[in-house]
Amino acid sequence: MEKIPMRDGYGNGLLKMCGEDRNIMVLDADVSKSTRTNWVAQQYPDHFLNIGISEQDMIGTAAGLALSGIVTYTSTYCVFLCGRAWDQIRTTVCYNNLNVKLGGAHAGISVGPDGATHQSLEDIALMRVLPNMTVIAPCDSVETEKATIAVADRPGPCFLRFGREAVPVITDADSPFEIGRANVLREGRDAAVFAIGPEVYQALEAARILDAQGIHITVVNMHTIKPLDGACIEKYAALCGCIVTAEEHQINGGFGSAVAEYTALHCPVPIEMVGVRDSFGESGTPDELMEKYHLIAPDIVQAVRAAIARRRG
Amino acid sequence: MKTQELNEMSRVIRRDILTMINKAGSGHPGGSLSLAEILTVLYFDDVMHVRPQDPDWNGRDRLILSKGHSAPALYSVLARRGFYPVSWLDTLRRLGSNLQGHPHADRVPGLDCSAGSLGQGLSIADGIAIGLRRQGSDARVYCIMGDGELQEGQIWEAVLTAAHNKVSNLCGIVDWNHVQLDGRVEEIKDLGDLPAKWSAFGWNVIECDGHDVDDLKRAFEEARAYTEGPSVLLAHTIKGKGVSFMEGQAAWHGKAPDDEQLAQALAEIDGEV
Repeated sequence: MEKIPMRDGYGNGLLKMCGEDRNIMVLDADVSKSTRTNWVAQQYPDHFLNIGISEQDMIGTAAGLALSGIVTYTSTYCVFLCGRAWDQIRTTVCYNNLNVKLGGAHAGISVGPDGATHQSLEDIALMRVLPNMTVIAPCDSVETEKATIAVADRPGPCFLRFGREAVPVITDADSPFEIGRANVLREGRDAAVFAIGPEVYQALEAARILDAQGIHITVVNMHTIKPLDGACIEKYAALCGCIVTAEEHQINGGFGSAVAEYTALHCPVPIEMVGVRDSFGESGTPDELMEKYHLIAPDIVQAVRAAIARRRG
Repeated sequence: MKTQELNEMSRVIRRDILTMINKAGSGHPGGSLSLAEILTVLYFDDVMHVRPQDPDWNGRDRLILSKGHSAPALYSVLARRGFYPVSWLDTLRRLGSNLQGHPHADRVPGLDCSAGSLGQGLSIADGIAIGLRRQGSDARVYCIMGDGELQEGQIWEAVLTAAHNKVSNLCGIVDWNHVQLDGRVEEIKDLGDLPAKWSAFGWNVIECDGHDVDDLKRAFEEARAYTEGPSVLLAHTIKGKGVSFMEGQAAWHGKAPDDEQLAQALAEIDGEV
């Protein structure tokens, strides 16, 4: 299976929109080679502004550009975007409900050797708590490109998170992508796995392993964390009777928590969560870290078995 | 507008500020009173081009009140300029009011951006100014900051951004009243040689008397004439200006006058004391 970094999808989406001369600006905070916004800088310099190493100012400047009528994309490492500039995102972007899009690159533990300072594991929690904010975690480079373009037409603040490493491309041009509408990739009645980002691929791998054991699961690509597709959760909670969530993020406050909040209120069933368990990351290769922090297919298999064991009847 | 008329309007604004904060029972009189002449000259001497009947007119000049706690001053000016009824001022800080404790743009005609978390306004003003320039507009952007607010690091990030991008349609205004919530700015965290700092950061620095409407007019004209980059007015002001017992007093940063204090303050403003 072909592997491409998701950030390439972000760069390609921006290039397409600049090519159509849409009224957008792309801002970066001195990491444009990493976020791929340097592609915009090279081909469409009129659409690009490098703010330098000042994330808070980047968000404020983007807010101003949005107030002047320009859809503005802000881009830097996810950990600095969502953490360093959280108050600016909250009080300026979200309170004013501005057309500022947040492109959070290098999300998750798979950033690897840079270590814990650069591994964004809290961003979903920080963003989904904000009123007016849309939160999207695409699963591969193709979906990232679609999401990048889709948020331009969605009024108000939108946050996209995507990783650094090349990950398997599991969607194609024809795969549906609609903000707020989950994509069911396969159906099985034994358990429902809701996954985001590169964990969607891991969930599909887990399904393959479980098939061989006679356990058949549903796998849902839940690319939009906010607004959450509650109807989809209710449907598969009813069909399967237990749920597993998978994310490259802290379990506390993250995607799994969002699903659990919904489920507790509307369709309580046992839930198991795959994610980082209240700890910082560390240096290592991406593969080593994904294994050590229990974020790969065998971990999802184990979680599915645990969820099934807790199911009534 | 003539000097005398501008001074009279500044008195009206001061009366409004004190009356509405008294009525609300909370709010920030000190830093609102220090802005009376600055905002009056901006809005009533046609420094800023605005259309009260068409508040979202695309060609308007913009104002970001980065020191959002001074909202009462701006609320009064916008009401007196005709953006909404003066009666709104009686609702300040009440449940359901359009006039929130710190300004919320959705609710206030003529208000360009919500504010309240200090240090953010200049970045927003930068962005608007760059965006307007990019779209071929010749509208100008004004951003009012407190001197205490300059302790926020983001301000200096934005100062660099404006200078680097030669944002000449931007005019910063520092309400240099030397007092912040906890005491004198020089005692809490000294700003040092403020004119030299802004100048070293690449801005056109214009000092002026923030309570002298003619000097303010001169300063705004100078800023408009400068086209090489951003300008900043360092406006020498007095916190609590116009009310003897509030002037220069940190205690009146965020405290409402009671009825007796209000009566005395209004008498002073009307020149009866």
